[in-house]
Amino acid sequence: MSGTVVDGGLAAAGQVDHAAVARSSRAWGWWFVAEHRIRAMRSYVASAVIIGLGSPFLFLIGLGVGLGLLVDANQGSQGVDGVPYLVFLAPALAMAGAMQTSSQENTYGVFGGFKWFPMFFAMNGTPIGPAHIVLGFQVAVLVRVLVSLVAFVLVMILFRIGDPLGAVLLLPIGLLMAAAVGFAVMSWVATQTEDRGQLSFIERFVVVPLTLFSGTYFPLETLPWSLQWVGWISPLWHAAELGRAALYGAPLPAAMLLVHVGYLVLLGAVTCALSIRTFRRRLDK
Amino acid sequence: MTEQLLEAPAPTIRGPLRGLYAGNTRSVVARGLRVIARNNWLIVVTGFFEPVFYLLSMGIGLGALIGTVEFYGVDVPYAAYIAPALMAVSAMNGAVYDSTMNVFFKMNFAKLYQQMLSTSLGPLDVALGEILLALFRGLLYACGFMVVTSLMGLNLSWTAVLAIPAALVIAFGFASFGMAVTSYMKTFQHLDYVYFVMMPMFLLSATFFPIEVYPQGVQWVIQAMPLWHGVDMVRQLTTGLIQPSILLHLLYFAVMIVVGLWFTTARLKALFLR
Amino acid sequence: MIEARGLRKQYGDFTAVDGIDFAIEPGEAFGFLGPNGAGKSTTMRMIAATSTRTSGDLQVLGFDPESHGPEIRAQLGIVPQADQLDEELRVIDNLVVYGRYFGLPLPYVKRRAEELLDFAQLTEKRKARVDGLSGGMKRRLTIARGLINSPKAMLLDEPTTGLDPQARHVLWDRLFRLKEEGTTLVLTTHYMDEAEQLCDRLVVVDKGAIVAEGSPSALIRQYSTREVLEVRFGSSRNAEAAERIEGIGSRIEVLPDRVLVYDDDGEAAMAAVHERGLQPITSLVRRSSLEDVFLRLTGRSLIE
Repeated sequence: MSGTVVDGGLAAAGQVDHAAVARSSRAWGWWFVAEHRIRAMRSYVASAVIIGLGSPFLFLIGLGVGLGLLVDANQGSQGVDGVPYLVFLAPALAMAGAMQTSSQENTYGVFGGFKWFPMFFAMNGTPIGPAHIVLGFQVAVLVRVLVSLVAFVLVMILFRIGDPLGAVLLLPIGLLMAAAVGFAVMSWVATQTEDRGQLSFIERFVVVPLTLFSGTYFPLETLPWSLQWVGWISPLWHAAELGRAALYGAPLPAAMLLVHVGYLVLLGAVTCALSIRTFRRRLDK
Repeated sequence: MTEQLLEAPAPTIRGPLRGLYAGNTRSVVARGLRVIARNNWLIVVTGFFEPVFYLLSMGIGLGALIGTVEFYGVDVPYAAYIAPALMAVSAMNGAVYDSTMNVFFKMNFAKLYQQMLSTSLGPLDVALGEILLALFRGLLYACGFMVVTSLMGLNLSWTAVLAIPAALVIAFGFASFGMAVTSYMKTFQHLDYVYFVMMPMFLLSATFFPIEVYPQGVQWVIQAMPLWHGVDMVRQLTTGLIQPSILLHLLYFAVMIVVGLWFTTARLKALFLR
Repeated sequence: MIEARGLRKQYGDFTAVDGIDFAIEPGEAFGFLGPNGAGKSTTMRMIAATSTRTSGDLQVLGFDPESHGPEIRAQLGIVPQADQLDEELRVIDNLVVYGRYFGLPLPYVKRRAEELLDFAQLTEKRKARVDGLSGGMKRRLTIARGLINSPKAMLLDEPTTGLDPQARHVLWDRLFRLKEEGTTLVLTTHYMDEAEQLCDRLVVVDKGAIVAEGSPSALIRQYSTREVLEVRFGSSRNAEAAERIEGIGSRIEVLPDRVLVYDDDGEAAMAAVHERGLQPITSLVRRSSLEDVFLRLTGRSLIE
């Protein structure tokens, strides 16, 4: 080969500082992963935005108002937890939406990243490591969750559901819960190598029952004792209780505040560590 | 080697269905049953639980807050009010899931219909076979749900038994249409549009509360949707409060089935035999 | 058995098949050789009555595909390009279920499926999941499936594309056996070695039209020399070197990576190149193949 071909050719090694690349990947690898995922999400940005913006209207104004009329007719306008039913329902619906989005992204995104479009293996072939992939993926999911939470909060403020400042507090609560749920789902999905339909069980046997039995549509105490444990293990219930305290000042003793926040943090931290371990094993081959 | 090799029998269907139908729908159904039996019976069986979860949660929990709801002039306990709606919804969901998600996958990834249509099968055999399978699944769920609601004492009249065939009618309507709609979808994101239609229908079609809470215009929109007809029909049967309007509901689904079947067959023909 | 005259297929503005004529006799192995996008698969689909022609005449097994699709498909065995197996069913069930699509009796189909598994050398895999099979096994299973209705003709679209060399040879061996038993084979390929191995007669297609027809050896005799000299001078110098060897052999082709010199005596051509003071990086003398025929006819390589 003559010299002219190499200059500015395909492998222009001299122009890249490889040591610097490695250094920045160590510090910022998680962000490169998140950026990749966010770019990938652009392919369904239209439907994500419509669902994100449509859900609060549909659930709060469609379902919430309708149910509210029935409940308040029977219980009086201060009937549920001292507030109109719609106010009681709103924070829980926002949290339920966040949980569902996070769980779906983590189910199909994580499984797909190993199997359908094996992006994680490609990422692992660059200076980015498994921990960065796990964290970066979750950051991207939280960005999407944030969009849907913001839509819920805006609708609440617009329709004067609860305290507007309290509504804004739903954002951090929702993100914390979405992260905990996300890592939990991820830690299981990452161990699955074949899709024989079991992936849909997360939606069917975790997300839907948790939404239905975690005191979303009615206070947990309404359920018989034998079913109340579902609420206690459910990240959704803990987040919904925090959200109710924030939105309309539902009574919340300091000890319970600690339990709610502590449970979510602990769940997230443990399953995050488990996810990283599983990713490391699976990518090491 | 077998002494006598058989050739495939020549199709015997004559008349307008010639080339569209080979009278061999049973082989498509047999294939589906075999897949269920060998592979995904667990997925099929567990689909039964979703409406039961809704019934337990909303019926018990919300029921305690709401008490009774008026239906054609009679106060009905809330759990008994939503049970028939959930049955109609589960018939719709099962049929739509089978005819959209599953069909989309078979069309675009498994190439199942290309395989089938390179044999002597016609598009109508395939469409009917897939729809019958969806109905079979719907029948299982409807029967299971009926057992649960009977045990909970939520069926207020003997006419509740007729809710099972009614659920099949609903499933037939949605399944025959769903497959045609799916044939236009190119990416997974397009499936989300199904969700856009299903979700509001599910939440607002008098499922959890009467549509009288809405302004008249909104009520008309809801009443134009198939699920509202399905919910009202099944609810009339399980409560025993049967109205003349049930005939209108049946007519609605009859039209939906015929148009849907025609539409689906035409689409399959356009897609795979062009 | 299969006859086409002026067969055309148009998708909007794009003409996939542009008025081709061919006739396939019972018992022969007939090939369509051409690069990707030449219109081979479209032609196969029209023969299989899963694609309607835009114009021209087509008779398959005495029927017009336009009006008698099911009758034609009942008598054909189809092996599509991508395997299109039923991944939700086990290996043996793929055969049984497919046989039922033809309306064949179940006990017969079950017996026949076992024989075909044996033919496809897949008896050990009869209960296996399809997605776990290797590419070669999948293709053999697809061929076995296509035989379940004892077809009068097998249509094979790119039967060995994507397979490793060993799997290709196993597959060719199976297809040879079918040929020996008198099955009519119609296949498309863009591999000249495959066409040479399997086809009694073939047509070379390019851009939807037939550019030559004959047996592989006749085509090579007609359109190429007995031997070819391949020389490489490095990607930037091939063109310049080609000018300097002008006149050696009966024809010279310059490709991006090498120069081909057509001459009945390749060694003599090589000596002539050296005499002109040129030292190629590599050089090779080989027999002419259908690749050379295609290059001659279209000015392009088969595999681009």
